[in-house]
Amino acid sequence: MNAPLRRVAISVLVLFTLLIVNVNYIQVVRSDELREDSGNTRVLTEEYSRERGSIVVDGTEVALSTPTDDTLEYLREYPQGPVYAPVTGYYSLLYGGWQVERAENDVLAGSDDRLALRRLADLFTGRDPAGGDVVLTLDAAVQETAMAQLDGVTGAVVALDPATGAVLGMASTPTYDPAQLSSHDPAAIRAYAAELDAMDTDPRLNRAVQDNYPPGSVFKVIVSAAALASGGYTPDTVIPAPDTLTLPGTSTQLRNFGNSSCSSSQEQSLIDALTISCNTAFAQLGIDLGEDAVREMAEGFGMTGEPLEIPIETAGSSVGDIESEAALGQSSIGQRDVRMTPLQAAMVAAAVGNDGTLMTPYLVDQVRAPDLTVIDRADPEELSEPVTPEVADQLQEMMESVVANGSGRAARVPGVTVAGKTGTAQVAEDVPDHNWFIGFAPADDPQIAVAVFVANGGGTGGDTSAPIARQVIEAYLEGQGG
Amino acid sequence: MTAGPSTDPRAAAPSTPTPTRRNTELALLGFAVLITLAAQSIVDLTVTGSLRAELAGFGAWFAGIWAVLHLVVRTLAPYADPLLLPAVALLSGLGLTMIHRLDLADEQVDGASGGDAPVQLLWATVGAGLFIAVLVILRDHRLLARFAYTLALVGLVLLALPAVLPASVSEVYGAKIWIRVAGFSIQPGEFAKICLIVFFASYLVDKRDVLALASRRVMGLEIPRARDLGPVLVAWALSILVLVFERDLGSSLLLFGIFVVMLYVATERSSWLLIGLGLFAAGAFIAYQLFGHVRVRVDTWLDPFAYRDEGGYQLVQSLFGLGTGGLFGAGLGGGRPDQVPVAKSDFIAAALGEELGLFGLVALIVVYLILVERGLRTSLVVRDAFGKLLAGGLAFAVAWQLFVVLGGVTGLLPLTGLTTPFVAYGGSSLVANFGLVAILVRISDAARRPAAPPAPPKPAIGEAPTEVVTP
Repeated sequence: MNAPLRRVAISVLVLFTLLIVNVNYIQVVRSDELREDSGNTRVLTEEYSRERGSIVVDGTEVALSTPTDDTLEYLREYPQGPVYAPVTGYYSLLYGGWQVERAENDVLAGSDDRLALRRLADLFTGRDPAGGDVVLTLDAAVQETAMAQLDGVTGAVVALDPATGAVLGMASTPTYDPAQLSSHDPAAIRAYAAELDAMDTDPRLNRAVQDNYPPGSVFKVIVSAAALASGGYTPDTVIPAPDTLTLPGTSTQLRNFGNSSCSSSQEQSLIDALTISCNTAFAQLGIDLGEDAVREMAEGFGMTGEPLEIPIETAGSSVGDIESEAALGQSSIGQRDVRMTPLQAAMVAAAVGNDGTLMTPYLVDQVRAPDLTVIDRADPEELSEPVTPEVADQLQEMMESVVANGSGRAARVPGVTVAGKTGTAQVAEDVPDHNWFIGFAPADDPQIAVAVFVANGGGTGGDTSAPIARQVIEAYLEGQGG
Repeated sequence: MTAGPSTDPRAAAPSTPTPTRRNTELALLGFAVLITLAAQSIVDLTVTGSLRAELAGFGAWFAGIWAVLHLVVRTLAPYADPLLLPAVALLSGLGLTMIHRLDLADEQVDGASGGDAPVQLLWATVGAGLFIAVLVILRDHRLLARFAYTLALVGLVLLALPAVLPASVSEVYGAKIWIRVAGFSIQPGEFAKICLIVFFASYLVDKRDVLALASRRVMGLEIPRARDLGPVLVAWALSILVLVFERDLGSSLLLFGIFVVMLYVATERSSWLLIGLGLFAAGAFIAYQLFGHVRVRVDTWLDPFAYRDEGGYQLVQSLFGLGTGGLFGAGLGGGRPDQVPVAKSDFIAAALGEELGLFGLVALIVVYLILVERGLRTSLVVRDAFGKLLAGGLAFAVAWQLFVVLGGVTGLLPLTGLTTPFVAYGGSSLVANFGLVAILVRISDAARRPAAPPAPPKPAIGEAPTEVVTP
């Protein structure tokens, strides 16, 4: 019987080898896939059992973890929840993380490589591992003012430091309370999520960066830049400004806002056309410059269609397809397929204010270890140079005129020169227009660039959005010792 | 088989004294106890931050069990294989540790105190008692052959009992394999397994010549006569009955597999393996067609993630645990093995894999491999045919059971309700397996014992009675 017994012994060896190979396959090859499966709550509960880092604005924690008595050892709290919700997002047992909670999860959870050495040290000293803090670039006064000003409307405000690209404010309304999505009570979380789902506009969408809209006349700044950069134009160059413009190859009549007349002489200087936001003048200007010039300038200002990671991933902005000269005319006044995120609109103002250099927008100023030592600091980077300093100066002069004499008068701040541009974008028949304003101040030494977007505001950019911009600019300049 | 009267296991006459290797066993047992206590301490420190007061008592009790068993083996089976007992000690120690760790997790969730680990330790003590009883009563394993038919009857009754009892007494999670009396749950199938292996061994040794020789050669295969197919068909029918009336896929697969392998070993005819495989395939096909619970098992095995919220939930959670554990594991007390349903019994291997990682799980498998291969080695060395077949059957039973369980937990095979021997929570399984190892120890003692021991071992104990017994 020994021969078959030996064979049985070998078979057992084979069976056990099969087990070991299979276990290797599961625990090594499929390890990452299984670890990250959405149904695997281990990683999340492990994160909960660690003290998650805080999200900090101006020295105040806007998201922090506090110890609890239940099995998920820490509860995520948002002391000023709705004001910072568009930026912080939530940290939910059921829905995972969102916005900065998601984009900076590695740091907050303590698994980021920049924290690796410290984790190793924790291992030896027996200290409980904790996550790092994320310090945002936001300015509390800007954020709070912007959110307060948008109260009651659907809209967004983005404020940038033109010189660095730091995001000073990122407001989006309607907003919500992230704490209610981050509680430890699944039933309550589901109930609140259902409440948000039932709303017409989802508050969890950050309209400042995650959606794009037709910019209307705000786009005329880019067409102006293309004209000035071509060398054939100065602010004083007189261009055609008819009462109506028949788009080439069609019978479509393009008119000015409220069917008004831009100029009795049917022509005016470029600076005047921008000041009163003359549609026919800019449609014709765009057609004269050609698609390539307009598109290249738009891309130079960041409208490449590519998303940015600031670190929240943004929607792209672009001029879309332009099939004909007629389409080019409509696109040149920011209609048709032209789409901008409010962030993109703010980037246009910031680039003009920063002598024609566009800085990459960023939201995270510092990453701090649990012991508050700074382990990483933002390094402002240039994204592109859409126009020369000379062209930027000319654009600034034209935008100052918009606020001083034109459609943007509601953005005037006493004692400060503000440069800006309004936008009133048609959405569809019988749907109220979107209202825009972009600008920067002080014009000669810009410290803040701002974009205000009010969805379906029903008014004009000048009367709906410009006053919000003024409030935000004032709040910031006052805070800066102005 | 070599020289000497093949029926006398003690006929070998070595020229040099055979070492008993008892001190090796003692050292290895000490090592196993040390690992267990270290693991228990790590669990306590990781989960609660301090050692529990009961740890000293546990340690003393646990070490005491192995000290006593070692002394019993030293006295009653001095030439026994020195690796069998330490392997069992390590496995049950790791099992107790993981059960304790899961107790702590339960405590955190619902505040329940006490837990299952002390109960399991009690069962281990009962198992040790059975181990001693087997060694004391069974001075020669060949005695068992005399009671083969009695044991067969006992085995069949044990196997059938849950099927005829009302479901309220015998059904847990859809499997009718329990007897629940006065707060205790007994799985009689675990004991039936051993009884039937003894019977198979005795029966097959008697009939092996007929089963092996009366055959025709067809296409290079020795095909047995139709009437000799009887026993294998009976075993097959028995497995099917277990499957039908107790809905116990595991025991069914276990018993049939053991029988076919023992039949092959007894007859040395590989045609039996093919016949067994054919019958298995037919049975599996019929079962899949006829029984919903079998179909569910197979479907969830093929694609557990498609049924992740229903039938595949357990397996998917188990895979999550193993995957998250990765190479090195979460560390004892550092994972979430309590997320897998019934982690203490059916899925304890997944819990160990999560916290000890691939290295720990492979080490566990290797310890089983040592246990099984020492058992098979015993069957190779022992001289009597009954001992050979019995040791081979018992060793293979442990291997086959582990393969089916671990294969199920890791998705290699469909899930069955079998327990991980020595490690999983459950009194019946633990006690029965202690009995199984006791028989292996007895046979291994016979296998290695020299004909005339160089120094007469303690005549006071009286080896005399065993000498009287002749087959």
